[in-house]
Amino acid sequence: MKRLSRIPETFLVILLLILTGAPAAAVDRLRMSTTTSTENSGLLAVLLPPFEKKFDCKVDVIAVGTGKSLKLGEMGDVDVVFVHARKLEDKFVANGFGVNRRDVMYNDFVILGPPDDPAGVRRTHTAQDAFRAIASKGSPFISRGDESGTDVKEKEIWVAAGIVPKGSWYIDSGQGMGEVIMMAAQKRGYTLSDRGTYIAFRKKADLVVLEQGDKDLWNQYGIIAVNPKKWPHAKYDLAMKLIDFVTGPEGQSLIAGYKVDGQQLFFLYGKGGKH
Amino acid sequence: MDFLVSSFTSALRLIGALSPDVVDAVRTSLSVAAGATVFAAFLGLPLGLLVGLSEFPLKRLVVTVLNTLMAVPTVVVGLLGYGFLSRQGPLGVLGLLFTPTAIVIGGTLLAAPIVANYALASVRGADPRIVPTALTLGAGRLRTVGTLVGEIRFGILAAVIAGFGRVVSEVGVAMMLGGNIRGYTRTMTTAIALETSKGEFAFGMALGIVLIMVALIVNLFLNLLQRR
Repeated sequence: MKRLSRIPETFLVILLLILTGAPAAAVDRLRMSTTTSTENSGLLAVLLPPFEKKFDCKVDVIAVGTGKSLKLGEMGDVDVVFVHARKLEDKFVANGFGVNRRDVMYNDFVILGPPDDPAGVRRTHTAQDAFRAIASKGSPFISRGDESGTDVKEKEIWVAAGIVPKGSWYIDSGQGMGEVIMMAAQKRGYTLSDRGTYIAFRKKADLVVLEQGDKDLWNQYGIIAVNPKKWPHAKYDLAMKLIDFVTGPEGQSLIAGYKVDGQQLFFLYGKGGKH
Repeated sequence: MDFLVSSFTSALRLIGALSPDVVDAVRTSLSVAAGATVFAAFLGLPLGLLVGLSEFPLKRLVVTVLNTLMAVPTVVVGLLGYGFLSRQGPLGVLGLLFTPTAIVIGGTLLAAPIVANYALASVRGADPRIVPTALTLGAGRLRTVGTLVGEIRFGILAAVIAGFGRVVSEVGVAMMLGGNIRGYTRTMTTAIALETSKGEFAFGMALGIVLIMVALIVNLFLNLLQRR
């Protein structure tokens, strides 16, 4: 029995470590759900710390797909959402879940495929034609299938092209962008990716950009505060401060200045932008 | 093979450099796992001892249920926890979703059945003469249980360690209830999942190595306790 009595002591010590190791609860925390591309590209690590410092708060980033990000906003589990699927965002606002949607930045999607391009996507000029070429050849196409912003965009293109993607060539993976790129490379297939994730992965996956620049491939990011009338606990004031910050001069210059491998990943509205 | 070797060497370099992200993830993992293990021990040990020491109708059913609970997928516990802790759930007003506390709650639910089952198994495996002997020598019920616990202390320790192992190694609950928030609820396992999805295999591998090291240290500690 004497020996055993040491064990509770050990746990007490561990418990103390937990209590002292936990971050101070006094800091105001803002919860933001966002798409994986903003977080995985490293942008938020540059954009958020100056805001946190200025307003003495912490932004808790929950990086999930656009669909789930908006869902978290609907459920009142976050204070602000930062996503990229304009139609879903407008619906979110129209249904009263969000207020004050603002454009933040944009970049573009690219259609990726194996360098030898068996479906001949290189010869096409629009995203819709590229998708038609892939479908008629029956080359493997890896879909996110997770209601992320990229997934929504991909489905829009299929609809616009008048194709219902079905069959063994169309792989509904339910995975994140990085995994999908790796899978497309392994299966020597095609996929739609945001440019930022592709740049992060291009050295790891043997895929090349086969289609870009089409207006269908425009990728716009918006930020929306969760409606405080719907969810009174939502930290609306702080959410608005964040929205003002990322759409204001300080945030915008941080976004424009963010580069990976010397390439700018996100572009601003109205400043040399083509849209 | 090249890929594995190069990831492994960069992993070692990252660990050597003690990147703050690695340190944060390790600290979060250890603290939530330790917290969950403490609570799971408080729940699971008495439960396991009680079921092991008493005879009652439906005992076999209770044991079967306990065994089944050990196999509940972590994402199911995560989903359940999400349903309860979300603002729309019954415990939503507490605002616990996406906090370390939420992971501790989920981890407790994961680990408690394991602790209970191990405790139960050690009671069953104990020398059957302990209880009657203690009672014959005039010990009260509580004292008798105390004596038994002293005799099966290694089994109980193993129960706690197994519970810790379940929590520290799982990713479902930490991801769904913690939200993988950098520097706050990002654990080693959610960080590995994230880094892999970003294609940062070396960083993921570094965390994997740290995770194994932690398991090793915990088990060395157990070994030490058993020797004394």
